[in-house]
Amino acid sequence: MDNKKPINLTLKVWRQQNTNSDGKFVEYDAKTVSPDASFLEMLDAVNEEIIKKGDEPISFDHDCREGICGSCGFMINGNAHGPQKGTTICQLHMRNFKDGEKLVLEPWSAKAFPIMKDLMVDRTAFDRIISSGGFISTNTGSAAEANSTPIPKPDADEAFLSAACIGCGACVASCKNASAALFTSAKISHLAHLPQGAVEKDKRALDMVAQMDAEGFGACTSTGACSAACPKEISLINIAKMNREYLRASITKKQEMAGGGEG
Amino acid sequence: MSVILDSKVPGGSLESKWTDHKFHMKLVNPANKRKHSVIVIGTGLAGGAAAASLGELGYKVKAFCVQDSPRRAHSVAAQGGINGAKNYQNDGDSVQRLFYDTIKGGDFRAREANVYRLAEVSVNIIDQAVAQGVPLAREYGGMLANRSFGGAQVSRTFYARGQTGQQLLLGAYSAMMRQVDAGSVELHARSEMLDLVVVDGKARGVIVRNLITGAIEAHEADAVVIASGGYSNVFYLSTNAMACAVTASWKAHKRGSYMANPCYTQIHPTCIPVHGENQSKLTLMSESLRNDGRVWVSKKAGDMRKPADIPENERDYYLERIYPSFGNLAPRDVASRQAKYLIDKGFGVLGEEAVYLDFKESIGRLGEDKISERYGNLFQMYDKITGENPYKTPMRIYPAPHYTMGGLWVDYNLMSTIPGLFVAGEANFSDHGANRLGASALMQGLADGYFVIPSTIGDYIANTKLDKVTTTNDAFKNAENDVKTNVSRLMNIKGERTVESFHKELGHIMWENCGMARNKQGLTGAIDQIKKLREEFNHNVRIPGEANRINRELEKAGRVADFIELGELMCRDALVREESCGGHFREEHQVDGEAKRDDTNFCHVAAWEWNGSADKAQTRHQEDLKFENIKLATRSYK
Repeated sequence: MDNKKPINLTLKVWRQQNTNSDGKFVEYDAKTVSPDASFLEMLDAVNEEIIKKGDEPISFDHDCREGICGSCGFMINGNAHGPQKGTTICQLHMRNFKDGEKLVLEPWSAKAFPIMKDLMVDRTAFDRIISSGGFISTNTGSAAEANSTPIPKPDADEAFLSAACIGCGACVASCKNASAALFTSAKISHLAHLPQGAVEKDKRALDMVAQMDAEGFGACTSTGACSAACPKEISLINIAKMNREYLRASITKKQEMAGGGEG
Repeated sequence: MSVILDSKVPGGSLESKWTDHKFHMKLVNPANKRKHSVIVIGTGLAGGAAAASLGELGYKVKAFCVQDSPRRAHSVAAQGGINGAKNYQNDGDSVQRLFYDTIKGGDFRAREANVYRLAEVSVNIIDQAVAQGVPLAREYGGMLANRSFGGAQVSRTFYARGQTGQQLLLGAYSAMMRQVDAGSVELHARSEMLDLVVVDGKARGVIVRNLITGAIEAHEADAVVIASGGYSNVFYLSTNAMACAVTASWKAHKRGSYMANPCYTQIHPTCIPVHGENQSKLTLMSESLRNDGRVWVSKKAGDMRKPADIPENERDYYLERIYPSFGNLAPRDVASRQAKYLIDKGFGVLGEEAVYLDFKESIGRLGEDKISERYGNLFQMYDKITGENPYKTPMRIYPAPHYTMGGLWVDYNLMSTIPGLFVAGEANFSDHGANRLGASALMQGLADGYFVIPSTIGDYIANTKLDKVTTTNDAFKNAENDVKTNVSRLMNIKGERTVESFHKELGHIMWENCGMARNKQGLTGAIDQIKKLREEFNHNVRIPGEANRINRELEKAGRVADFIELGELMCRDALVREESCGGHFREEHQVDGEAKRDDTNFCHVAAWEWNGSADKAQTRHQEDLKFENIKLATRSYK
């Protein structure tokens, strides 16, 4: 905090016009950067210089800049969201970097997240995983009085911790298999922890896992890289919970089928 | 003033209006709903909830958002909570009290019937959210927990740590994605509405730009809902997300939708102060922190001592001193104004534009764990941004633009002056008057989306002859051409200045002249400056790249162009409103630093009509506000 001295950095940034074109690294100087600036504000300043020269600025997704919308995210020197633990790039501040550092900026790399432009990727696979079962089937107007079902505080707290996922994709980007297990499991366990969500938990686990696989995400080999990179520190326990839910659902489903199918 | 703005408030007692109105509505039978389509612009709490609920009812819905996923709409960033008149605390709350607090909080500049309905459905929202699996905070007995918010003396705010907006939005988003799966909602992410299509006087569609391919697309429907949020980014620095814009509302305004009370903006008292020239946005520290934090400055102007070195008896806990009955929970406009007043007099802490928000006492009383459980993510955010630990040293805070009470004019059914165009959430003007109370935005967005729009749109569709239209209709072709012409006009300016530099300059003009305090001279000057800025923008803005692919600068340029036009209207509106009320503080109209309302001349909504060109000033219309259930009184929190 006391050191307000501006720093200079070199950025090596992945530039790519669209999904089908080839990309390449381009170097830029980031000069006299305030340590109080956020990483994205530093990039804004670099972009202003690029525009003044008549070139196209570096495209990256960002919106709330408060670490909650999940829009931003790319790799800084191989780390999803950069070096600070539990932090999105928009909340990463330049006081975490040293004068003269060289930083390599690359987009998330995963088959299920095609690059759209520069540091922007297509994460709509996450939306499709949610629409396959990441909800409780209750129509507007059909809800019971909110306090009619008491929920033990530890369960509500657990559900909250899983529900805190912001869907940024850092888990996928940091996994060597590009697995979406942490993202998918966070939603499955959020809803399975609550009495309202328990009704559909079997179908939800089966459908969401099937969609996750269909999107082309890789398998989970429990390295824990996802949770370590997660800006919301979503726990690896969610994946164990998902596996349990999935396994149980698979077994009971077979029994149901044996007992006469879905009719 | 020939136009009469009909609020269409139904008759009967305040308590029975909404119930009776719903009973008298015409219904669309289930088989016919499939044949009707609705476009929803924006997927935040209002838009997401409306799209989900309309889809459940069986309408064909097309939902549009500029983000890559509907889950990222800016409602996600709301921190503190959502009000609901459940009276779980047995502390004297009721629908009537929430209604009263909201009318008073809005400084008697909102429509009674709308506000009562809001208070009435607030209880259903909490039920709905819990049923969706929204993990609201609970007590050890398993019941829902509450906390207090500004402008209220009861505890009626439900919350999920400092992430209430995120959790409620994920609830609405999951309900909407369920309808996407069911085939009733068609989702168009990374799409920006750039025009409203009006056929035979009715809203029948939109023109959007696909933000990936740059394609200009036309979409038709039987009704359109705009739920695209507020316009605080007119100030450049605000707590809004970067893509928050007035564009969808502004395009509708230009097609005939009146803009109401644009000068009513909320400057939130507790935000992290500005750090430097390159700052891109401001970060809110939730009002809920004032449950346990105390606001103070040194009693000595220009005091440069560290906070720990200033003894208790040399501190001025000014909100507790001036407003003993509400203390640190004075409403936002009042708390912001006092902070500005003291800072202008030289009491800013460490010589900065900031005051302290101090948790020392509550940490001593409740322990660090309890405070961390309540506000952990906010403290962490503060630490990341400032590099200071708020458990050890008080937060430095300063007011920042946060919410806009003004917006498109709507009647009781949330329909604008264009038949078939409905406006929900922050984008409309309806419920908060001249100042919004904390934890009421989430409530209003969800009330509009889940409970109001789905009913009133049905009534509109059942009562209206809607001829079949297709996007080959002339009105669509013309609107599409207008959008294409405007995009190529912007691309071809090829000037010297970046979009960002224009936005910053506009923000500076607005903050200085149409911010926390306003006066005639400043506003008049600002109108001239903005006109010049518009002129320069139109021949000197530089947009690199091409229009037929991803081009963030082009997107921004369109938004800034609309903000420039809106800024001028805000100043005009503020200039004509010769009174102070809520967030609108005219320096000429005050008593001892408090707002002085003029109910004789200004107890009305101002609604502005576009006159065909930015060079012709809009025409001002009035909707008189009648207070039949609450007596107009001077607003006091002392």
